Amino acid sequence: MDAQALLQAITGVNPAAQERPNTNVPAVQVPVAGLHAFLQVLRDDPRFSFDFLLDHTAIDWMADGKFELVYQLFSTLHGHTLMVGVLIEREQPLAPTVSDLWPIAEWQEREVYDLFGIPYDDHPDLRRLFLEDDWTGYPLRKDYQDKNMLQRPQ
Amino acid sequence: MTVRVRTLDELLTPPAAGSSALSTQEYFVNMGPQHPIAHGSLRLVLRLDGETVKEVIPVPGFVHRGIEKMCEKLNPRQIIHLTDRLDYLSAVMNNWGVAKAVEKAANIETNGRIETIRTLMSELQRIQSHMLWWGVLGMDLGAYTAFLYAFRDREIISELFEETIGARLTMNYVRPGGVMFDILPDFQEKVKKLLKYLGPIIDEYDTLLSGNVILQERLRNVGVLDGKKAVALGCTGPVLRASGVPLDLRKLTPYGRYGDVEFNVAVGSKGDCWDRYYTRMEEIRQSMRIIEQLIDSIPEGPVNVLRASARISIPEGTYYDQIETARGVLGVMLVSDGKSPSPYRVHFRSPNFNNLWAVTALAPGWRIADIITIQSSLDLVIPDIDR
Repeated sequence: MDAQALLQAITGVNPAAQERPNTNVPAVQVPVAGLHAFLQVLRDDPRFSFDFLLDHTAIDWMADGKFELVYQLFSTLHGHTLMVGVLIEREQPLAPTVSDLWPIAEWQEREVYDLFGIPYDDHPDLRRLFLEDDWTGYPLRKDYQDKNMLQRPQ
Repeated sequence: MTVRVRTLDELLTPPAAGSSALSTQEYFVNMGPQHPIAHGSLRLVLRLDGETVKEVIPVPGFVHRGIEKMCEKLNPRQIIHLTDRLDYLSAVMNNWGVAKAVEKAANIETNGRIETIRTLMSELQRIQSHMLWWGVLGMDLGAYTAFLYAFRDREIISELFEETIGARLTMNYVRPGGVMFDILPDFQEKVKKLLKYLGPIIDEYDTLLSGNVILQERLRNVGVLDGKKAVALGCTGPVLRASGVPLDLRKLTPYGRYGDVEFNVAVGSKGDCWDRYYTRMEEIRQSMRIIEQLIDSIPEGPVNVLRASARISIPEGTYYDQIETARGVLGVMLVSDGKSPSPYRVHFRSPNFNNLWAVTALAPGWRIADIITIQSSLDLVIPDIDR
């Protein structure tokens, strides 16, 4: 399936999915409600069979008051990829876990929790990953401040 | 809402001993952060029953440098300098991964000479990286000779890099729009000499170590990872291919000159440590084949299509691109707001970070000595896990 047919099939499955502009890979933007069910369809539907979660990370859109969760999916059967973007609130963020669909998500989500402070609902082992358990703040947030950080000359 | 944040201490409370006289008590042993087989600072907490491993809890983060955060303040050319500190044994390939993502995002066209030099350097580095892994695996299992042999032969490739690039380990060679320096006039001749030398040497490696009965006993049927599980655990590179999944980006989405050359993707059948071992040995031979086909067909042309002072502006958007390094798929996500010369966010999908978690699935049930074998066969580079 080429990129256009793939995106059409996806909007057929989830009418709320919109094609994401300004990117070099097939990409869709979906609302957070029903995210888990949508990703499960992407994994289990034989037309898509995205059995490989290549990557999961987040982007801090501080000015808009949003976090964006980004999933990079890959299908070892068809060889196609898909980027899924999901906007969530920056105040009191909460995301559904997909570690029951792709086991690797357990650790990728722990990394996002560690560096962005986005907690995952029903995550089996939500712990800090790189930083210590008593670390304050989440370094990849745009407004993170640390007493050891140097101010760059403007 | 069921968010429960846990701490490491909670996991490390040893369970009480059973009431029966024969029951044993489980205990924890820290392997690392400083352990000879970790080849870097990685802490593995082993939950043991006697010498049998019940559970492995990896605790990374000892060399976390915040590279993704640093990239948010740097322009695309400066980011290259940080990428060879990720997986330092795939430095050229990491440079290329970022350069390729930037070129895709900013619509920069390169020429045949640049792509050929990039491909040649990447394959030389793949050989060099796999050689280091081979020697170190031997050393981990007690065969120190292998280590000396591998370093002796690796030195020839390191010298080639030193002559061309000016560095032996952290090479800043590939830039957006080209490469840093042109190859020297005697480069082709030296590479041909190297290939002539390496052919019998790799066969010698086989007679020295691969056929050794102790090595076979310690690798065969140890740490079996089937293909489905490897995909679910996000493994890529030789670890995934050893489990029988022929995922190689060089074949699947050819970049550089990989579309023009003939080579086979080395694939294992069972996914045990031995398959991971032999997949890498075969990859060395395939890389030599690729170099052989390209070394005489380097087109003429400039080695950088951009002036050194040219400003690279990434248009607004989210870009994702990936490349096959010696250890698997390196993905680079660039997010640009279109306003500043530095990207808004950079994320590296690191192959080692994702491969590491295979150890939690592979280790239970094996002895401590087998953890050494399993971890060595995964070929982890710790700075790439932590970033």
